[in-house]
Parts: sequence; structure tokens; C-alpha cells
Amino acid sequence: MSKSSLKQTLQDLESKKISIRELNQDYLKRIKEKENLNVFIHFSEENVLKQIDNLEKDNSTKKLKGIPIAIKDLFCTKSMPTTAASKILENFNPTYESFVTQKLLDEGSVFVGKTNLDEFAMGSATNTSFFGNTINPLSKENEPLAPGGSSGGSAAAVAADLCLGATGTDTGGSIRQPASFCGVVGIKPTYGLCSRWGIAAFASSLDQAGIFSHNVEDASILLQSIAGFDQRDSTSAKVDIPNYFENLDDNLNGKTVGIPKEYSIDGTPIEISQIWEDAIKVLEKKGVKIKNISLPHTKYALPTYYIIAPAEASSNLARYDGVKYGFRSDEINSLDEMYENTRAQGFGREVKRRILIGTYVLSAGYYDAYYLKAQKVRKLIADDFNKAFKECDFIITPTAPSAAFPLNEKQNDPIKMYLNDVFTVPASLAGLPGISIPFGKDKNNLPLGIQILGKHFDEQQVFNAAVSLERSYE
Amino acid sequence: MNNKFLMPLYLLKDHMNNLIKGEKHDWEMVIGLEIHAQVKSNSKLFSSSSTKFGSSPNSQVSLVDAAMPGMLPVINKYCVEQAVKTGVGLNAKINNYSVFDRKNYFYADLPQGYQISQYKYPIVGEGKVTIDFKDGTSKDIRIVRLHLEQDAGKSLHDQNPSKTYVDLNRSGVALMEIVSEPDIRTPDEAGMYISKIRSILMYLDTCDGNMQEGSLRADVNISVRKPGDEYGTRCEIKNLNSIKFIKQAINYEAKRQIEILESGGSIEQNTMLFNTSTGKTRPMRNKEEAHDYRYFPDPDLLPLEISKEEIGKIKSSIPELPDELKNKFIETYKLSNYDASVLTAEKQTSDYFNETINSDSELKNHAKIVVNWITSELFSLLNKNNQDLINSPVSPENLGQLIKLISTNEISGKIAKDVLEDMFSSRKTARQIVDEKGLQQVTDQGEIAKVIDEVIAENPKMVEQYLAGKDKLLGFFVGQAMKLTKGKANPKMLNDILKQKLNKKN
Repeated sequence: MSKSSLKQTLQDLESKKISIRELNQDYLKRIKEKENLNVFIHFSEENVLKQIDNLEKDNSTKKLKGIPIAIKDLFCTKSMPTTAASKILENFNPTYESFVTQKLLDEGSVFVGKTNLDEFAMGSATNTSFFGNTINPLSKENEPLAPGGSSGGSAAAVAADLCLGATGTDTGGSIRQPASFCGVVGIKPTYGLCSRWGIAAFASSLDQAGIFSHNVEDASILLQSIAGFDQRDSTSAKVDIPNYFENLDDNLNGKTVGIPKEYSIDGTPIEISQIWEDAIKVLEKKGVKIKNISLPHTKYALPTYYIIAPAEASSNLARYDGVKYGFRSDEINSLDEMYENTRAQGFGREVKRRILIGTYVLSAGYYDAYYLKAQKVRKLIADDFNKAFKECDFIITPTAPSAAFPLNEKQNDPIKMYLNDVFTVPASLAGLPGISIPFGKDKNNLPLGIQILGKHFDEQQVFNAAVSLERSYE
Repeated sequence: MNNKFLMPLYLLKDHMNNLIKGEKHDWEMVIGLEIHAQVKSNSKLFSSSSTKFGSSPNSQVSLVDAAMPGMLPVINKYCVEQAVKTGVGLNAKINNYSVFDRKNYFYADLPQGYQISQYKYPIVGEGKVTIDFKDGTSKDIRIVRLHLEQDAGKSLHDQNPSKTYVDLNRSGVALMEIVSEPDIRTPDEAGMYISKIRSILMYLDTCDGNMQEGSLRADVNISVRKPGDEYGTRCEIKNLNSIKFIKQAINYEAKRQIEILESGGSIEQNTMLFNTSTGKTRPMRNKEEAHDYRYFPDPDLLPLEISKEEIGKIKSSIPELPDELKNKFIETYKLSNYDASVLTAEKQTSDYFNETINSDSELKNHAKIVVNWITSELFSLLNKNNQDLINSPVSPENLGQLIKLISTNEISGKIAKDVLEDMFSSRKTARQIVDEKGLQQVTDQGEIAKVIDEVIAENPKMVEQYLAGKDKLLGFFVGQAMKLTKGKANPKMLNDILKQKLNKKN
């Protein structure tokens, strides 16, 4: 299928080649055709048509006027329920709009629906959702594949061309890995670039909103729209947001790329090593200096992540207690029972597993050995990158250790599932921006992603390297 | 009963003997206080909701206070300044770097499932406050730390027989927890200490000090030991909101512990609740049941960094504190330590004194009289009428005028008391009342002599008895003469002339 890009669509709307209504009806039609993919937790055609009605009455010019966007169901939205893919928020209707989605609304975009995800963004296959699995649109018949996770619904929505862009959140790879699995572009910006206000929290020190799109140009347009300082988020950064799209420059001549040796790990499929080498060769041809670098603490990143993220989650999810909003168990004879039954019935297995891990690592007597030590290692990992970036402008690695795997694989093996994040987690711990772009296929013709990491708030360099690779790949 | 115009507690009792007698030994109490003081601020610690007391339930709750998904705390800078100010007032070290931590536990009125507090790195470190005893001695109580934290909401158990309601108006209100070293040895010292803290906070305007509304409350840690021994096992009595209860609870708890120890038992480290109607403490939870709060730095908030310049700026904005003011009063007005302490125990009292004594340059020479008129006459009137010094019907200027009338012998002290009562109810000035009622003192020698002659003439038998040696009768003659002058005769002149005349009879 040939997908039109956001950039092209904006031109077509501008030149009145197509109307907002025609554009969105095209997407609505596809959304209904692809219902079997279970991309959306919430979809209402009526709601979409209402937005179009309103936009048609609106004479002002807006940057994304009429552009169909899918929203990960972790962003609180006033016009649609917000569930975090959890039973505990099954019927939750926020009275407020998240910072990121408000920005998109201000730009005139149309929200086509709320996309599926792993429950509270905990997972790598969009298979822990209370609302069922999302199926990777690239699956062959009778061989359903996982779209990756946790933002699998958003990645699938873009891949199946159900929207021109989608929001995601990335805590340890939740944008980049599903982008790789679904063959789309996914960017997780620097921690602090987009406000977390209104996003149901998983791990506050890692959570970061980002974008899925068909290509790098589109990602650069959309990221600019959702970035910016927000005084309601104390970790939001006060930095100027450049016009990433206007500044895109695929000329990388004279730049230096870092190739971290620690990312060559045993058991990585040969095709993945191959696309990594291909990408390096392309860059070399473009006049980029290749620099072998070392990020010596990389091997500790995964265990560090799986201490810090659950620790924060165990506390962040304490508010879902059945007292104020969301699901409350019927079987209540005491306050303690209300908590126990509400949370036992309201949360799924993976969320409970992580709450348990998090509670454990913060417990008296274990705090120093786990949480405190993990914080120290996190610092070392960040220092590794800081040192490396003195010698290079950006770093490239594979995005994930495999292509999309069958839907039910790794379901019962959390460790195997956690290994999916091996290449994405280090940058998350360091708060660095990272993008995944499709760059090659495996033997089953499934897409594989290349990850480009940049310095803090140097999204422009990340986009430049990405667009350069993308153009040479196309 | 409003008793805040009685003497400050710490001036009432000597601290001669700190020991209490058990059946077998003498015991010493070891007491430390954790005071929770609500920061005086219009909005909450991490949200912009109002902190107004007594509003209808859940009318002051923001999305942040209710812990809605995706809501984030943002520090209220004013509360930070208030904490720094308080730290300075407690002679404490202000930390340039402090961290907010999450204290995790489940309770229905704790919407986030954690309280944002400060654990390892509080905003204020070691300090001290001084308490003064009536005998002129004083004692330092060391402060361990002061940290900022959120208050929880309120569970209402009495609204429905089978349901508990939750009011989140208090949820997120800023508290300062002020932790003392276990330097306190008696219930009175505990009372004096909390009074002093309250006084300092009110001078600084960082807490309204209202214990009835819960703006100031304390947890008391108490153990007992034989003098010279190591500290014993302590129990913590939670959430006491009056000085009276604090003292009652300490007394009861100390006795309970002594009884256990003297009968060969040992103290369990318990958290206790104090029942204000029975005056008894009872265990709420023991050490095994104690929560593991799983403190960790709140990832939603950055560490709090305060520059030296900012601290300097706050320091320079701090008003005179009770101890400074006390010393100033002693020096400027030659007041006793006792009088100066009474005046400075509450900011409203020292303000009132300052305004009174500055209302007329003459009054500076009569400072002691000014003190007496404020702390005994005016206070007892306010007490009797259940009124506050701040809203006193008698303004400092008017009281100054009254005292001036006394000091210039225009009216007698006795008449002045009636005038003050009149001022209190009619709100007229002293001058108005004295003029209207003709209360000026009679200082005309001839007029007084005339009255005395009358009294002597009317009471020949009494005169005879007086001359026979019954000196006590002098008072009788004074009283009679005063009656005839309606109390207006200058007492000294009356006495002098009376003696003169009686002695002439001899």
C-alpha cells in the first residue's frame, strides 16, 4: 500500500486538492476495515466527525489542521476515556487534557482514537492490555505477530495507515522497539522535552512522550508540535524548540558517529548485525567519521532499569486504590480488603509483578542493595554516554535484538520479554533522545530498525542522521 | 475556656526537681517532640488550591490533590521561604540542598498512596530554642531538623453508620515537621518548649499557631530511665493538639512505663494514641506492625536548591524574635526577666506593649506600670469577656492615655480600674470618661482636710481607740474619707493629712 506522508497531506490540504473531511473519511474507512488488528481501545466515528464539523467552522490557520492523529491511551483526554489499558481505569473519563494532546488539539489535529498499549505501559508486545492484544499489521494470515510494546497500538496505527502520526510514550524503549517491529519511525526525545503532565505515570524519571510517523520528516514536524516547557511538570526543560523540519539537513559530512562495541551481543540474529554494518557503511560513504566507542556499563543497564522502573511504578500506581475513581471491587468488608481486592482484580499479572518487584527493592533492608545501587549504576551509564559524546556527534545501534515475534511467544517468560529492551534501555536511563527508523528486513521480510542516539536536547542531530539514512535506504 | 492570657506556662513552675518517684526508684523522663506546624500560606505545598480552614468538604481540592492520573506536584516557593524563615528563627542551619521523598503507605485519606515529605535531606538542619524558667534560669532544647511535607486529607467516620467519607481539603497542605532532640525532662518543659516554638512561628508569621484548628500539633516520644542510665525504650504518642493534653499524656504514659518497669516488665516500642476524655494512652500499633514506608526520592520533583543569596534575602526580612525583643525590653525599660518574658511570649502582646508605651513619651518612665496594666488589668478583662488582645476594645493609645492619667495623679489607680472597665464596655477614651464623670483626683489640701475633719468629728469613739494605740483603725478613717470623696481623694495626701490631724489630737 502506498501511504501518503504528513508533509504531502499538509500540501494537499493547503492546495485544496483534498478536504479535511475527505482526508479523514479515507482514514475512518481504513480504521473500520482494520478492526481485527485491535489497534484502538477507544474509537468513535461520531467523535471524529464532530471534530471535523468543528474544524470546518474554524477559519483560522493551524499547523496540523485536519490531520488524523492516534493517541496512546496513556494520555488523558477530555473527549475520550483514558484507561492505560487497565481494568482499574476501565471507565475513567478525565476532566482534563494532557499537555501533549492539548498541543496537538491547539494545532488543529483530529484525534481518531485511543490506541492500545501494554497495561500502564508495562510490556514489550502490547499483550498485557486488559483490552486484548494488538496485532502487528505486517502479520501474515494465521501467523499473528506482536507489534512490540508498550506503544504497540500507536505503532500499528501508523503502520496500517490508520493515521498520519501517533503519540507514544517511551520508558525503556516503548516507542523505539514497536517502531522497529512495525516498520515505522519512532522518536523518544530527551527526557524533559515534552511535559509529562496528564500522562498516567509508569516510571516518572524515565517516562517521555514521543511520536510515531511514516517518515523522519513527519516525525520532525510532529515532535516540534508536542515539545515545550510546562510549568506544571517540574522535570520539564526550559529549552528553545528549534524548527526541526526546517532545519533538517541530510549532509553529515564531517560528523562523527559512535559505534558502541558493547551492543554486539551474542545471540543477535545475523540480519540485525548486518543492517547495523550496512548503516555504518552508508554513513561512511556520506563522509561520516566512524568512531568505535565503549559504553562499559551497558551490561548493567537492563537490571538497573528493572529495579528503578518498577520501584517508581510501585509508588506511582498506589493511587489506583478504588477510593477516588476507577474500578472498585464489590467484595469489601474492610478498608484493607478494599485495597486488596480492588488491586488484585483491577491490575493484570505484569503490573502486579512489577509492583511486587518495586515494593521489594524499596523495602527496608533491601533499598541500599537494590534501589540505591541501581541509582549509582544509572549515573555511571549516563557518564559513559557523556564521555562518548565528547568523541562523536551521534551513536547508532540496532533498535531491538529481533524482528517482530509471534504474538504468543515469550508470554510466560518475563525475562525473555525484558531482553527486548536491551538496546533501548541505556539511553532511557541516560535521558537521551533516540529514534528508530526502518533499515532493512529479516529473512521473513519483516522490518528491522536502526536506533540513532544523540546528545541531550540535540534532537536536530538525531533527525539529521535519521533523514540521511532514510533517504539513502529509500 | 480561653486561657491564653494567663501567664505563659513556662513561667508558672520552677524546674527544681525533674525526677518522679516510683514505688521503688526515682525516675527521669526523657522526652522529644515532633511538632507539625501548618505553614501559613494561601495555597498548598504542591498545588494552587486554597488552604482556608473550615470550608465545605472537598471544595478545595485540585486534580493534583486528588491524585488524578498524570497529575504532578509543583513546589510552592512561598512555602519553601516560610520554612527557611522558620529555620532561621530556630537558630538552625539552612541546607542549600534538600530532597523531597515519597513516604509510601495506603490510607483512604492519602490520595496518592504516598506522602511527599523530606527524609534524608531536610531543608533545615540542627538548631536550638531556649526556654526560660520563672526562677530566671533557662535551658536550650536542641532541634534535630525541620522538614517540609504534605498533610493528608481527613476520614470522616461519623457521618454514616456504615460508610467512611473522605474530605481532601487538607490533602496537600504544607506542614513543617520540627523534630527536637530528647532534651526535655518534664511535662512542663514540654509545654514550655511547644509554647516557645509556637511563639517563634507566630512572630515569624510562618504558622498561625492555632492549636484548636490543628495548625500546630505534636507527636511526643517518651521513655523513662533511672537517673544516669542509658535511654530506655520509647513510645510515641501521636497527634496531640493542646498543651494540656501533651502534659496529661506525658504524665500518664510515664507512670504507665514506670509501673511496667518496676514490676519487672519491659517497654514495648509502641505507637500510642491518647484518649482525651479518659486521659489515658493506648497502643495503636507495635514495632512489628510498623509500616515500612519505602522512602525514596520523588522522581516528579527536582532537588530543592537554595542559594546563599536567597537565604540571605530571607534572613534580612525576619522580624525581631521573642528572645531579642525580651532582651531589648529588659535593657530599654529596665523590666525584669519575668515581665519581659510575659510581654514577649506572644507577638500580639509585645506589639500591644510597644504601641502603648510609644503612644506618649512620658510613659517610657513608667514601663512597669504599663506592663501591669496590660498583663493583669487588661488581660483579666479580656479573659472575662472571652476576647482577644488583637480585637481589644481598648486600644493601646487609649490605655496609654489612662496610664498617663494615673502617672500624673489625675486619677487614682483604684478609680482607673473602674475607668478601664468603662472604656472596655463603652469604647470611650479615658479622658472622656474621667471628664464626664468628674473623676479627677482631689488634690486640694483644704478640701481633703475638710473631709477628714468631718470624719473625725463623726467618729469620736474610734478616734479615742486609735489614740489608745489601735493603729489599725487608720484604714477605717481612710475608707470613710474616700467614701465621702467618692474615691477621688489622692490617697497619699489623704493619708498624710489624716495622720497629721489625728496626731494633733494626742
